[in-house]
Amino acid sequence: MTAIIEIQGVCKAYGGVVANKEVSMEIKSGGITGLIGPNGSGKTTLFNSVVGYHPIDAGSIKFEGKEISKLQVQDIARLGLLRTFQQTRIYGLMNGVENMLISLPHRKMNLWDALKPNSKEDYEKADRLLEFVGLYEKRLLKSGDLSFGQQKLLEFAMALMNEPTCLLLDEPTAGINPTLINGLIDRLKRANAEFGITLFIIEHNMRVIMNMADTIYCMAHGEMLAQGTPDEIQNDQRVIDAYLGAH
Amino acid sequence: MAKKKLILYALILVFTFIAPFAFPAYGTQLATLWLMIIVAITWDMTGGQMGYNSLGNIFFYGTGMYVAALISIGQVYDVGEYTSAAGGGIYEFTDAQYFSGLFLGVIGAGIFCSITAVLIGYITFGLRGPYFAIGTLAVAIAAGELVSNWEWVGGGQGIALPVYPGDFDVGKIFFYFLFASVGVSVFIFVKWLYGTRFGAAINAIRDDEEKAEAMGIHTLRYKLITWAMAAFFVGMAGGISGFQLIHFEPLETAYQTINLGIFMVVCVLLGGKGTLWGPVVGAILFHLFKEVTWTYFLGWQWVALGALIVVTVVYFQDGLMGWLMHKRPHWFGIRVEESK
Repeated sequence: MTAIIEIQGVCKAYGGVVANKEVSMEIKSGGITGLIGPNGSGKTTLFNSVVGYHPIDAGSIKFEGKEISKLQVQDIARLGLLRTFQQTRIYGLMNGVENMLISLPHRKMNLWDALKPNSKEDYEKADRLLEFVGLYEKRLLKSGDLSFGQQKLLEFAMALMNEPTCLLLDEPTAGINPTLINGLIDRLKRANAEFGITLFIIEHNMRVIMNMADTIYCMAHGEMLAQGTPDEIQNDQRVIDAYLGAH
Repeated sequence: MAKKKLILYALILVFTFIAPFAFPAYGTQLATLWLMIIVAITWDMTGGQMGYNSLGNIFFYGTGMYVAALISIGQVYDVGEYTSAAGGGIYEFTDAQYFSGLFLGVIGAGIFCSITAVLIGYITFGLRGPYFAIGTLAVAIAAGELVSNWEWVGGGQGIALPVYPGDFDVGKIFFYFLFASVGVSVFIFVKWLYGTRFGAAINAIRDDEEKAEAMGIHTLRYKLITWAMAAFFVGMAGGISGFQLIHFEPLETAYQTINLGIFMVVCVLLGGKGTLWGPVVGAILFHLFKEVTWTYFLGWQWVALGALIVVTVVYFQDGLMGWLMHKRPHWFGIRVEESK
């Protein structure tokens, strides 16, 4: 498998706080890559650097071989590299179907296409994906009234609607009812296998990430600590120390 | 349901046609009402549907007025000579010159305003929220001051255009139908636009622009196009106004920031932001309110207007349509989860 995202020596500091220090990693195309680490270890900063929310101080980030560290958020999103937010962001005043239709991939449209009403296929696709995440029954309700967990599922469905090549998920299971988590793991795996979307996931829930990812990276204090298969990571003394605060 | 709607639209159209004949004394009032409807609907395109509250749309009204006048004068005479004589009856226009000048001027005004909207928008759309409002207001005020010091276009005296060549009363009805046709066109246009993917995308920009960017929507491009569309109609309305008023000057008529520039915002707030019918209903209510207070409470009219704005902004933020949407959601096809 080739690397879809290559991160090389990325540094990012907020004033005196070094959030990322010489971070390097590779996301394999078509796989599920996990990123773990204690709170404040710099995971979300790295995510934000990848999708262009802030400029990086040094290093290089490549997506499909193209340097993206200097691009703006919209430009990166238009390449097919999408992210979901830790604090869910959906259009709360609209219902589920409208949220889905807004998420159609505008990068694949010219202005002429954009000035057309949504086609029957668009509606069918929206319904199918809402069904896929289990929100079909709630599709006509104002989405701001949905529970936090349901909003997360909606945001995930919206991301799928956008047909990304690679999807970055920031804590997809945080705040979700534990009984729903198994369903979510299953859906993430299916999105990866059936739609061929490369997933890159930040996750705190060890059971979730160990079940899903084929490669896991672990960060601590802004540095890349370890990488390997779930088994290797679970047995890595440095990772255990980082989580127990031995550093 | 669809049949009921068709009948409603047909009734409105019929009323539009007979109104100036049924109420001949109010011909100019009704024309002004259509002007209010046009500027309210176009203001709502950016303010209500896209979340960019412009206080500078009056810029397109004034610019449209000037562009239309300059085109129609320029096709017959030298503009500098014409304005330095301030009209003055020295220059005559034949009927053909009048109507071709009016037609080309109004279309030209629309196109010119669309282009300026893209240019100004390219700079001002970097601003968000209240900063955008102030930035666009500054554009309108600055334009008024600049034009009033530009002698070639008549300076502070403004421009006097030729009078409608036919009968005076026929002229009133003529201008009524010009405004009405632009008004009906803009309504049909936005009704179609809000049903497209483009319409959904500008709603996305209003509700969460950062998310819209993160989903790869071409935010700047869509914002510019929306404003250019709005400017096209406002520019045309301004052009027609110039011919209707016959004489106009820059600060009080063309770039009238504190009058029409604010009225259009109040119309939309009163009727309901971000709804199809809100601006129309708001414009009618506002125009009635304004005419009644201007007629019966002269001297207190600005106080009454201020009170209306305060009450609307403080107690009635969603406007009439927003309030109805809240009270009767099923009329608008909104489903609410039954509380168990």
